[in-house]
Amino acid sequence: MSDQEDDLILSELDDEELVQQMFDDLYDGMREEIEESVNILLERGWIPYDILTKALVGGMTIVGHDFRDGILFVPEVLLAANAMKGGMAILKPLLAETGAPRMGKMVIGTVKGDIHDIGKNLVSMMMEGAGFEVVDLGINNAVEAYLEALETEQPDILGMSALLTTTMPYMKVVIDTLIEQGKRDDYIVLVGGAPLNEEFGKAIGADAYCRDAAVAVETAKDFIARKHNQLSA
Amino acid sequence: MTNALSRLLQTRDWLMADGATGTNLFNMGLSSGDAPELWNEDHPDRIKQLYQSAVDAGSDIFLTNSFGGNAARLKLHGAEKRAGELSQISAELGRDVADAAGRPVVVAGSVGPTGEIFAPMGPLTHTVAVEIFHQQAEGLKAGGADILWLETISAPEEYKAAAEAFALADMPWCGTMSFDTAGRTMMGLTSAQMVDMVEKLPNPPIAFGANCGVGASDLLRTVLSFAAQGTERPIIAKGNAGIPKYHDGHIHYDGTPDLMAEYAVLARDAGATIIGGCCGTMPEHLAAMHDALVTRPRGPRPTLEQITTALGGFSSASDGTGTDSAPARRSRRRRG
Repeated sequence: MSDQEDDLILSELDDEELVQQMFDDLYDGMREEIEESVNILLERGWIPYDILTKALVGGMTIVGHDFRDGILFVPEVLLAANAMKGGMAILKPLLAETGAPRMGKMVIGTVKGDIHDIGKNLVSMMMEGAGFEVVDLGINNAVEAYLEALETEQPDILGMSALLTTTMPYMKVVIDTLIEQGKRDDYIVLVGGAPLNEEFGKAIGADAYCRDAAVAVETAKDFIARKHNQLSA
Repeated sequence: MTNALSRLLQTRDWLMADGATGTNLFNMGLSSGDAPELWNEDHPDRIKQLYQSAVDAGSDIFLTNSFGGNAARLKLHGAEKRAGELSQISAELGRDVADAAGRPVVVAGSVGPTGEIFAPMGPLTHTVAVEIFHQQAEGLKAGGADILWLETISAPEEYKAAAEAFALADMPWCGTMSFDTAGRTMMGLTSAQMVDMVEKLPNPPIAFGANCGVGASDLLRTVLSFAAQGTERPIIAKGNAGIPKYHDGHIHYDGTPDLMAEYAVLARDAGATIIGGCCGTMPEHLAAMHDALVTRPRGPRPTLEQITTALGGFSSASDGTGTDSAPARRSRRRRG
């Protein structure tokens, strides 16, 4: 944690050292350093998809694990995600150009009546950090808003968040509407929020309850993998 | 010592606060997604009934129906301009109930979090936060609240901003935080760090403590950590009645009145002076808690083992305090 003169020259590190350094810089939320490192790797001929998965996603996985284990907390994760975003902003257009494989797509929002978005934002950031495309509907979403977004975005995953005892049951309203319209099985439905638990997730018909943003990422990866297996089976 | 709470604290060595607001209002017909604060105007009878149920169960303090009554939260319902007014009504209704109680009952004006993250990570600046809290504080004061009661706070910045606003409103106050993430607040503050922060405030609260979080055991571990810091300031324990379960379209907390009675007695033994419930704590829980606090003798400070035996396990191995603290974070940037 020394504040000695920063005489670390990123461009002088070899690839392996640089990736390790990026893990540290993501962990410490150093956005400019991450942007610089992404550009260095691009200059060295790395393909954008490799930078995303090996450097950025790799680094955010460490952040996710330490968040899950109670070593890092929300402020540190927000800083790390901000650094990640800096790198992603450079990579995003390049990923599209090069036709890189997609991890999956998620539509996420806090349910009607609930304006809490800290948890949801963390999930969005960590999902993006894991390479997912995320469409964030923000707070206070009525069932119609979810349905419309599912129609236009065609995501793999629907994520819903609630933080209040008074808004938790609204998740079931959304899921019941999906069932009525015969669309429930088209999506992986993940729910989260401080007052919820696994049992609640099951009771309302979600695929899974995710305790925190790190668990959300692991769960999403898991379900996407299963979906791919089913398709290829 | 001119406020009702300080006067009570001079004559009593424990006080009982109230239970849940949201869970109770839900059972009275509040719909998922509606702002409870609008009921102050639309259903004053039900709000008074809620307050009365706490008084009847023996509460010495009850919180007003204004938890989400700040401009940042009411904005969602297009009612951000009514923060002061709705808070005022919540306190006026409380005043009516308390004054008719026939014994001293404290009307505590509830102030919940803004729901926003502070700069630089989020959009909320200190100045704006103070303004939001000040506006609500003035409304509660005008409505006749005896004290203000900040609750469910996660960020130290937000706690400090509220304290500053309450000084502007010249109101005595209490303030609790929610320790729901590995024994810390969501923002990573430990119970020991909260004590430190509270004692450094220019206008410290009359009492401080923990509310909500993840169940009774965790909350008592937090109370033990507060007490271990050697603070003389009264400690507040306001835990949830167990864990939320979903039954036939509504939420039910699984903690029984017996469990909450056990929790109340252990909270007092652990060092709490003001004891109440949070989410899921209904009048029957409060009555059982009150009965236990009146009839059961004080005991020695419980150990962590005694807490888990009586109330169930903790959500995390450590709460980040003491020698047994959490694993260290990764080394910082290597330089040079």
